[in-house]
Amino acid sequence: MNYQRIKEKLDILADAAKYDVSCSSSGSKRTNTKKGLGDSTSMGICHSYTEDGRCISLLKILLTNYCIFDCAYCVTRKSNDIKRAAFKIQEVVDLTINFYRRNYIEGLFLSSGIFKSPDYTMERLIAVAKKLRTQENFNGYIHLKSIPGASDELMHEAGLYADRLSVNIEVPTISGLKLLAPDKKHEDFTKPMRKVKQELLRYASERKRIKSTPKYAPAGQSTQMIIGATGESDKDIMFSATHYYQQYHMKRVYYSGYVPVAEDKRLPSMGSQVPLLRENRLYQTDWLLRFYGFKVTEIVNDRHPNLDMEIDPKLSWALRNMEYFPVDVNTADKRMLARIPGVGMGSVSKIIGARRFRKLNWEHLKKIGIALNRAQYFIVCDSRHWQRANLDSLTIKGKILQNSRSKFRTQHSNQLTLFN
Amino acid sequence: MMNKKTLIYDGSFNGFLTAVFNAFDEKISVADIQKNGRVQNGLFSDSETIFTNVAKAKRVWSGVRTKSCNAINTIYFAFLSETDGVEFMCYRYIQKLMATKERKHADFSDETVLYLSQLARKVSREKHRMEAFVRFQLTKDKVYFANVEPDFDVLPLISKHFRNRYADQRWLIYDIRRKYGIFYNLEGVELVSLDLHEIHHNRTGKSTAFTQREYQYQDLWSSYFKSTHITSRINRKLHVQHVPKRYWKYLPEKKEAV
Repeated sequence: MNYQRIKEKLDILADAAKYDVSCSSSGSKRTNTKKGLGDSTSMGICHSYTEDGRCISLLKILLTNYCIFDCAYCVTRKSNDIKRAAFKIQEVVDLTINFYRRNYIEGLFLSSGIFKSPDYTMERLIAVAKKLRTQENFNGYIHLKSIPGASDELMHEAGLYADRLSVNIEVPTISGLKLLAPDKKHEDFTKPMRKVKQELLRYASERKRIKSTPKYAPAGQSTQMIIGATGESDKDIMFSATHYYQQYHMKRVYYSGYVPVAEDKRLPSMGSQVPLLRENRLYQTDWLLRFYGFKVTEIVNDRHPNLDMEIDPKLSWALRNMEYFPVDVNTADKRMLARIPGVGMGSVSKIIGARRFRKLNWEHLKKIGIALNRAQYFIVCDSRHWQRANLDSLTIKGKILQNSRSKFRTQHSNQLTLFN
Repeated sequence: MMNKKTLIYDGSFNGFLTAVFNAFDEKISVADIQKNGRVQNGLFSDSETIFTNVAKAKRVWSGVRTKSCNAINTIYFAFLSETDGVEFMCYRYIQKLMATKERKHADFSDETVLYLSQLARKVSREKHRMEAFVRFQLTKDKVYFANVEPDFDVLPLISKHFRNRYADQRWLIYDIRRKYGIFYNLEGVELVSLDLHEIHHNRTGKSTAFTQREYQYQDLWSSYFKSTHITSRINRKLHVQHVPKRYWKYLPEKKEAV
């Protein structure tokens, strides 16, 4: 191993890959057969965390940062003057295996700048995954980036070796895409997604008949959007996310607050703050849609195109819909319990388990771990103590803000302003 | 009235279950269940030493399991927390479980149930952290070695995970605090105790036990770690929350921070 050279390449190519948020290593079903290396059956594991608090579970690198495209939001764009490097296939394989054996990582996340053509690039990515699976008998997690514009045959082959495939849509609106990535067409992004979705469905239905059908991308596909680069509203973002969840059977949509990487008139200037709070609120909304049974229009719609930055989206929904409250925790169904602000899905199942035995009062709820500072205004329980019946939503909001200290309190400013 | 008794067992989980069996079988009114060697006599109670009996322990185990699989996990995890008085709490828990028809383990408005489930949760978090923070170093005799210092006695819980994952390499995870380790010899996992002359944590000097190549991979990993930071999003508080400082000395990527 040429240690110095590898180290140099790793520095350059890991640095360029870090803006990809996805780092999940869960949801796959690849067991360790024949005494090979690795197993990705259980939940994902975060082996370390960056100093910005994101998890590190995969070796996340680019195969190369040479790129023929010039997308304004991207560090590796053609016109950006940075150091370029490229890994050999064997080098990536060696790094992955050796990191994995030392329990540093759960697997590999391989992306790439696009060199020569999308198909040529995709072929190299697949070659790495294939080598890991067939020669090294590696059963760890592999996440491959689908290169926009790659052919259907290659997308099919990629799914046979990878656990997850993803294409980053990056810009949530088509008009934004035209502005920032004039070389790319919207169809280039959706084509590989559609192919992967079709293959997922086909393999799933074949498996029903033939049990030994090989796995195709068992951890599904995901995508990512940049937040705060083109002035889109939260409604635009969430509607577009819902579209991808429904139309392409995405496992996850990631939201990434735009980090200014290059000076460009079309984008927020260098040094502008990353919209971390907004990112957080979008993830909260995403969770409400996927796990709490909310419909997207309940949370963002034409009357409320943007999320309230001061309070979480479930609380703001509740304040707009006071007619559903108070909820009686001792009788309400699961769906309604999940809609109480300050009650998570964990607490919902604890409430349901506990109320078989006795009627719950404030004391029980507090011990179970419900955030009463928010929940108290929306529930009744086995206690006569409920004097909040005639408070209006503004008063409640005021009281909650007064009695809680958000970790984001320094950032309660309006959204990033653009084009000023 | 029958006198209350303190049961003394050998410290093993089977020993504890045997104590529970005897308590039920002989209808003993239990004052406490204590580990051999850590006995504190109560003023008004007698004590009785329990001899571990695997058959009896198994009967308790399967008896609890027919009530609920969750419950048996909760008990085992909570037991491994080694918290003072956990044996008696587990005993109370089993009593309650047996006295109720079903789903008592989900009664989170019961103090014992809630306490044990929270304790088990803590142990399960530590188990998960160990699955994440164990860092193997390749020794010159081709064993992947890691020393750890977990808050709770979690080695029995993580053994299966590592056996499934690293089926083709010999590895050893050694608990410095409890002075035993688990060793995988390509066939199965065995318990070992070692005379460990030095603890291999982060420091500038290099041990002769490991190859040069090993240190190169540690450096590559640290430099990978460094290049994943996005400086405009820095959030050290969150970082420390996820990677508590007590683990740092065993993580090569935190070498410079220690």
